[in-house]
Amino acid sequence: MSSPGGSAAEAPRLELRGITKRYPGTVANKNVDLTVMPSELHALLGENGAGKSTLVKIIYGVVGADEGEIRWQGEPIAAHDPASARRLGIGMVFQHFTLFETLTVTENIALGLDDQRDMRALRRKIVETAKRYGMALDPDRYVHDLAVGERQRVEIVRCLMQEPKLLIMDEPTSVLTPQEVERLFEVLRRLAAEGCSILYISHKLGEIMALCQRATVLRQGAVTAQCDPRRETSASLARMMVGSEVLAVKRPAEHKGEGEALTVTNLTMEPDDPFGTRLDNISLALRKGEILGIAGVAGNGQMEFLRALAGERLAPSADAIRFDGKPAGSLGPAGRRARGLAFVPEERLGRGAVAELSLADNALLTAYLDGNVGAGMVKTATVRNFAGAIVKDYNVVCAGIDAEARSLSGGNMQKFIIGREILQKPRVLIAAHPTWGVDVGAALTIHEALIRLRDTGAAVLVVSEDLDELFEICDRIAVMSHGRLSEPKRVADTNIDEIGLLMGGEFESKEQAGAHAAS
Amino acid sequence: MPRLRLEPRAQTSRLATYLSPVLAVVLTLIGAAVLFAILGRDPIRAYQAFFIDPISTFYGAGELGVKSAPLILCAIGLAIGFRANVWNIGAEGQFVLGGICGSYVALFYEPTLGPATLPVMFIAGALGGLAWAAIPALLKTQFNANEILTSLMLTYVAQLLLNYLVRGPWRNPQGYNFPQSKIFDGYAVIEPWISGTRIGLGTFLALIAAAGGWFLLSRSFLGYQIKVIGLTPAAAAYAGFSAKRVTWFCLLLSGGLAGIAGINEVAGPIGQLLPVISPGYGFTAIIVAFLGRLHPVGIVLAGLLIALSYLGGEAAQISLDLPVAVVGVFQGMLLFFLLACELLVRYRVQIGQAIAESAA
Repeated sequence: MSSPGGSAAEAPRLELRGITKRYPGTVANKNVDLTVMPSELHALLGENGAGKSTLVKIIYGVVGADEGEIRWQGEPIAAHDPASARRLGIGMVFQHFTLFETLTVTENIALGLDDQRDMRALRRKIVETAKRYGMALDPDRYVHDLAVGERQRVEIVRCLMQEPKLLIMDEPTSVLTPQEVERLFEVLRRLAAEGCSILYISHKLGEIMALCQRATVLRQGAVTAQCDPRRETSASLARMMVGSEVLAVKRPAEHKGEGEALTVTNLTMEPDDPFGTRLDNISLALRKGEILGIAGVAGNGQMEFLRALAGERLAPSADAIRFDGKPAGSLGPAGRRARGLAFVPEERLGRGAVAELSLADNALLTAYLDGNVGAGMVKTATVRNFAGAIVKDYNVVCAGIDAEARSLSGGNMQKFIIGREILQKPRVLIAAHPTWGVDVGAALTIHEALIRLRDTGAAVLVVSEDLDELFEICDRIAVMSHGRLSEPKRVADTNIDEIGLLMGGEFESKEQAGAHAAS
Repeated sequence: MPRLRLEPRAQTSRLATYLSPVLAVVLTLIGAAVLFAILGRDPIRAYQAFFIDPISTFYGAGELGVKSAPLILCAIGLAIGFRANVWNIGAEGQFVLGGICGSYVALFYEPTLGPATLPVMFIAGALGGLAWAAIPALLKTQFNANEILTSLMLTYVAQLLLNYLVRGPWRNPQGYNFPQSKIFDGYAVIEPWISGTRIGLGTFLALIAAAGGWFLLSRSFLGYQIKVIGLTPAAAAYAGFSAKRVTWFCLLLSGGLAGIAGINEVAGPIGQLLPVISPGYGFTAIIVAFLGRLHPVGIVLAGLLIALSYLGGEAAQISLDLPVAVVGVFQGMLLFFLLACELLVRYRVQIGQAIAESAA
């Protein structure tokens, strides 16, 4: 086995042997072996639900393994928790940040350190560390003022303060623009060159091929392959990850829609949450028969915009949002549904479906205008037929329509929700992150369903952080940044770099878009 | 240092979910036996005096129906609200208001209304309870005031109002200055339907309410909305269900049912307005609702059981020379064990820290 930056005799920095972790009803990790050498950029690759997060939590001591052994620089570790992991020199940057919004950068970092009392010295050290790795970071700013990329830097600097020997990064790029990703990779390469090992968790193949020297691939909790990702292709990596040939969506011919199904004109809304994003003069024209994508880094106003479109928050004027030319800004969710709007929210369980209710009951959640309710009574037989049709048409793997929603995998639940919305034959479908955390097969089904819906002449709006997804299925792409929305660009006329720059907020104020929507 | 932690179970057993109230009852009986023993009574004899003797006669069995009626009426309304996360804790106050408003009709309009008196009394009682519950509903939907506090506090206002009426304007002039209204007569009195017992309209209304509650929850779209709002408010907002409308509905319904229970109590078993018209039915109904797993059929069974504890408490005072507080202790133990069983069905206790798992 070759080990970059060291002799073959050197002890691995981290070695897992036969790690098994069972949860009731499922085995999250099956006999997993993993070896990370000093200075190595090691990828842990797998689909959502493959067991990556559990494995990382075991390494960081958040959960204990049922079986197996963890060795650190050749020595077995017996008892293990996050504090002892930090003492050993394991640092971790979580996918969901663990910062206090109301504290400054320095205060947040001080909280993470066990023995830091001198704030001024700490502040100096933060500036030095950030500078050494080429990261711009103001130690006195409050976290709630920071963009997501900057917050990630705080997390990284916090880990670096402890001079880690192994840095674990859990899906770090899902919140970054392509340009920010490149800057992050620079930092990681530099750290590795200084001797720190990096365990990089991702399901994005391109990133792993660009960054890592070794990869361990997990599928259904077990290691299926070890490889050098630089010598693989995305197709071969995807095969290791999924276990079968991955089909790509056939990119459809551009569809020429006629007329505008949904128009938003100069929509400005203050957030109802103090840390929310203000929607700043948004204008948008969604045409019939097109898929329009909205790209952007999370937390730039997408959630607020989606709530405003769905009617969960009403627009300041009825004219600000129009369906088929008719004002709809003052209609609530039910009123907009009656006009032919359907909506796929970003959270599956907890918004798009009720975890404790059966699929049949969940079918009724939004389909209550579709002949499923008469004289205030639920028409049980009709609802059950409808649920059965969703399960059949969208190939939802479940124990039947009486299965509780929470018993389904994320991908199957998402297929069910997409099916429920599309089978109601909407004229406008708004889908938020339709394939987030969904396996490749389900993602394909969902993409095809969206394109089929578009081909029937409906208008589809897809909000996603996954640029590959947007480029795969959209006709036009607009970018949301700091609560503003860019002019949509035809996919044929743009590229990932240009969209990436827009995601960084480099576009002019939207007078133009307003003029466009009004024309 | 070892410590106890609660971990959610991945799968809650359906059987355990249904058995947990039964287990709670068994544990309460064991607890009661210990309590009886400590008080120096033979547990077997105490059980018999508490649970068997009260219903060993035809009249006694009928009393079970009489005592359970107000509990079931209140609990059905409360349970529907609890399903929607609307926490009406003030059924006791709504019960009292129902009694007051119904009595107003009985005391002042019985001669005018004639045979229509009783129906009008019940309508007035329902409206009284409903109006009392409308106050927390308004405060909740307009100002987001917590209905637990407002409904509870209004209970004391209702009790003071009742006290004022029976000691002041509505006191029976021929009543030797006792704080009592005059005794209802003529058309204002509920006659028993089954001779030899006091079973009447109230028991019938309780069963109607249970059937209606079941129908609402399992068949109607409103019931579906109630369940969704209770389980996942965000999903309800996404679907476009109005949480405010459901809040209003649940509070008005539970208030109205408590009001009906109140006037039924005054016009039936009591027969006049007294300073105290309820031995805590409105509060005990909360226990009944949870013991019945917020399900109408369960509530009927739970209502009968708790009614038995009231009867048993009275019997125990006489034959065992135990204080009446024993009823409260019994009901408290039942609620305690019920909540404990409920918790342990959903969570399991882990001893020690997370790392202890890996040590094995």
